[in-house]
Amino acid sequence: MYGKGILKGLSVTWGRFWATYTEDLAWLVRGKKRYFNQDGVKARAGKDTRGIFTVQYPEEHLTIPEEFRYIPFLVYDETAEEKKEVRCTSCGICAKVCPPQCIWIVRTNDPVTGRPVPVPAEFYIDADICMNCGLCAEYCPFDAIKMDHDFAIASYERNVYNMEKLLKPASYYANIRPLNATREDEARKAKEAAKAAKAEAAS
Amino acid sequence: MTTTPLTSTVDLVARFPGFVTADTRPGFTGFIVDKNKLVEAATAIRDEFGYDLLTAVTGVDYFPENKMEVVYHAYKITGGPGLVFKVQVPRTDPVEVPSLIQVYAGADLQEREAWDLLGIKFTGHPDLRRILMWEGFEGHPLRKDWQEPFYEEDFKPFKSRWPDGKIEMAEDKNPYKDNLKFPQNFDPEKWIPEGDALLYGSLAKYTITDEHGLKSDRIVVNMGPQHPSTHGVFRAAIVLEGETVLGLKPVVGYLHRNHDKIGERNTYLQNMPYTDRLDYFNSMSNNFGYAVAVEKLMNIKVAERAEYIRVIMAELSRIQNHLVFVGMLLNDLGAMYTPALYAFEERELILDIFEAAAGSRMMCNYFRFGGVVRDLPEGVLQKIKDLVLERLPAKTDEMERFLSENEVLVSRLQGIKVINAEDAIKFSMTGPVLRAAGVPYDIRRADPYGIYDRFDFDVAVRQHGDLMDNYLIRIDEIRQSLRILEQAIKQIPEGPINSQKPQYQVRVPAGEAYGRIESPKGELAYYLISNGKPNPWRYHVRPASFVNITALEKISLGTKIADFVALLGVLDIVMGELDR
Ligand code: SF4
Ligand code: SF4
Repeated sequence: MYGKGILKGLSVTWGRFWATYTEDLAWLVRGKKRYFNQDGVKARAGKDTRGIFTVQYPEEHLTIPEEFRYIPFLVYDETAEEKKEVRCTSCGICAKVCPPQCIWIVRTNDPVTGRPVPVPAEFYIDADICMNCGLCAEYCPFDAIKMDHDFAIASYERNVYNMEKLLKPASYYANIRPLNATREDEARKAKEAAKAAKAEAAS
Repeated sequence: MTTTPLTSTVDLVARFPGFVTADTRPGFTGFIVDKNKLVEAATAIRDEFGYDLLTAVTGVDYFPENKMEVVYHAYKITGGPGLVFKVQVPRTDPVEVPSLIQVYAGADLQEREAWDLLGIKFTGHPDLRRILMWEGFEGHPLRKDWQEPFYEEDFKPFKSRWPDGKIEMAEDKNPYKDNLKFPQNFDPEKWIPEGDALLYGSLAKYTITDEHGLKSDRIVVNMGPQHPSTHGVFRAAIVLEGETVLGLKPVVGYLHRNHDKIGERNTYLQNMPYTDRLDYFNSMSNNFGYAVAVEKLMNIKVAERAEYIRVIMAELSRIQNHLVFVGMLLNDLGAMYTPALYAFEERELILDIFEAAAGSRMMCNYFRFGGVVRDLPEGVLQKIKDLVLERLPAKTDEMERFLSENEVLVSRLQGIKVINAEDAIKFSMTGPVLRAAGVPYDIRRADPYGIYDRFDFDVAVRQHGDLMDNYLIRIDEIRQSLRILEQAIKQIPEGPINSQKPQYQVRVPAGEAYGRIESPKGELAYYLISNGKPNPWRYHVRPASFVNITALEKISLGTKIADFVALLGVLDIVMGELDR
């Protein structure tokens, strides 16, 4: 029969159309909120999602996975006296590995000896050129540069980030990437312990 | 990685004594053919030795040695390793090499590209115009002595970044505030786009033979560069009689950024995120191809677990590509958006997996030489299982129920010939279009890479080569990909995810490598030449989209203009990869 295929296809659209409302009803019966609610968003992005699929941004947000990467930032540790201890040693690896070459670092030189001091004097990331590849964070040996989660950065200006803008506390990092931060902290502590043990054995 | 000699069965030297020598440079393979015997040798390679699929034509500038080389990669359509032959000429203008277009029609656009970017003149090419750059452009940008306006140094990393990296904006270096250069005395007001004159000139051969004494005008219609169904900034100059296509020339390059040149400035690792930006639908596949090529060059093994992760990612990518292909094909036919949006739902779920594993939905940058960046985070494998075992099979069935029998769709698709097997091979077509024409050529089987030889799957093939088959073969391939995925998630072992130590600058021995994979759109290959330095000397991408449109004219002649949209649609081009 001519038109059977069309009807068959329309049954799919028909089913999809009603799925939104049957789902709504099911959530209502269960007494749960389907919209503007994180559970609802999660369910819509899950494997059993049916019916309406879209998320009402900006009122609703998809959950950002831990590994999500956006323009990098520099990590500093907070010391007791509320001083910022910048982790970066200005070793330059990130500037070398960066594919579009958008990291600019000025190394500090000791005014007396002229020898390099392991802290950057200036640190810039040209955020408009950064391709969010994550290579800098991947290859930094000091866990000093990490990829951010904050993607809402639209602006009218040219976005060149300096140190002030780039520095964020380690607690922020631990907040957006808890698993990574814990793993790295443990590795660093183990390394320091090993170093201390070695120094003790030597003395 | 096995290192079987590429050319074990062919003795071209004995066949053409005195004119062919084996390439004996360390790390190189194949034959160097005398330029005067090139056409004859290529004919023998095709007819006597059976290498009927010419996949890549690559120009190489050996600036320090003052010579230029063209490298040809040919394969047998029945499978197996390929044959590499090269021709070398002195680097003094005009650099001339005979065109192979009479032997391999698929050389057409690739020769134009080599002319455009490297200034190698292919004598005997009927339509040797620039293809990626604009006609008024000065010079040949891929030559080693050509420098862009933002030029800093030949190779990255640039010295100005560290330790004394006082920031400068690149745009301040050029009065145009952009990476642009115009010829001297260039006046846009007075410039006559000679390219268009040439283009229409090349279309002028289509004169109407008027049998009935009636006069009808020949109309040239420019479809694009912004036509919504052209899949990006693609333009087709079409000669029409009534609604019938009499002639056609693709005009491309609107998105050109000289990916090859950027790649030659980059280090090997720095190229990885750039490959994401080729076919931006399938960054996982792009990464895969590049990793395969570099690993061949470095002669390293890939960690076992990473091999499985790679296959899983590449096949998920294929599934979402094909689903969206179906949706977009329907868009092209006028069924605006409903099928496309259904497809996008599944795509979103697959991209969620990419995002969780790689950190980005589309620009994955997930592969490293010897493995992948990181192991699948917790819960991701479960998500993949849920999709592969439950959701995707059901959704593929739903897609079929939704579309495959729809009478309107069938009448638009059935019987509209795309290309037959013989022509598809002649025009170097690869991927689903070739297989829909009845040629079961799939690199995963024909010339396996990674661990594809461990999986049990069929190469999808259809016999008619019409639009309907091109639609159905995508569905077939989704099902085969699901089969591979099922096995992969069952067999995936525990273990490290990289066989190498993390290094930001890899050591690559001198030599050449041609890494090819079956991307969702066809053969995606990278040709690399290393001279032992941290940056590749030659980095060439052989994209499926670009080579597949070589046959666009052949495909479209005699069809109705409304079908042309669908014909272009089934080639599944993506401009990021086509224009590079
Ligand atoms: S951020 Fe890390 S890689 Fe970059 S200079 Fe500082 S310590 Fe070195
Ligand atoms: S994310 Fe990539 S592009 Fe951006 S600063 Fe880091 S290395 Fe450079």
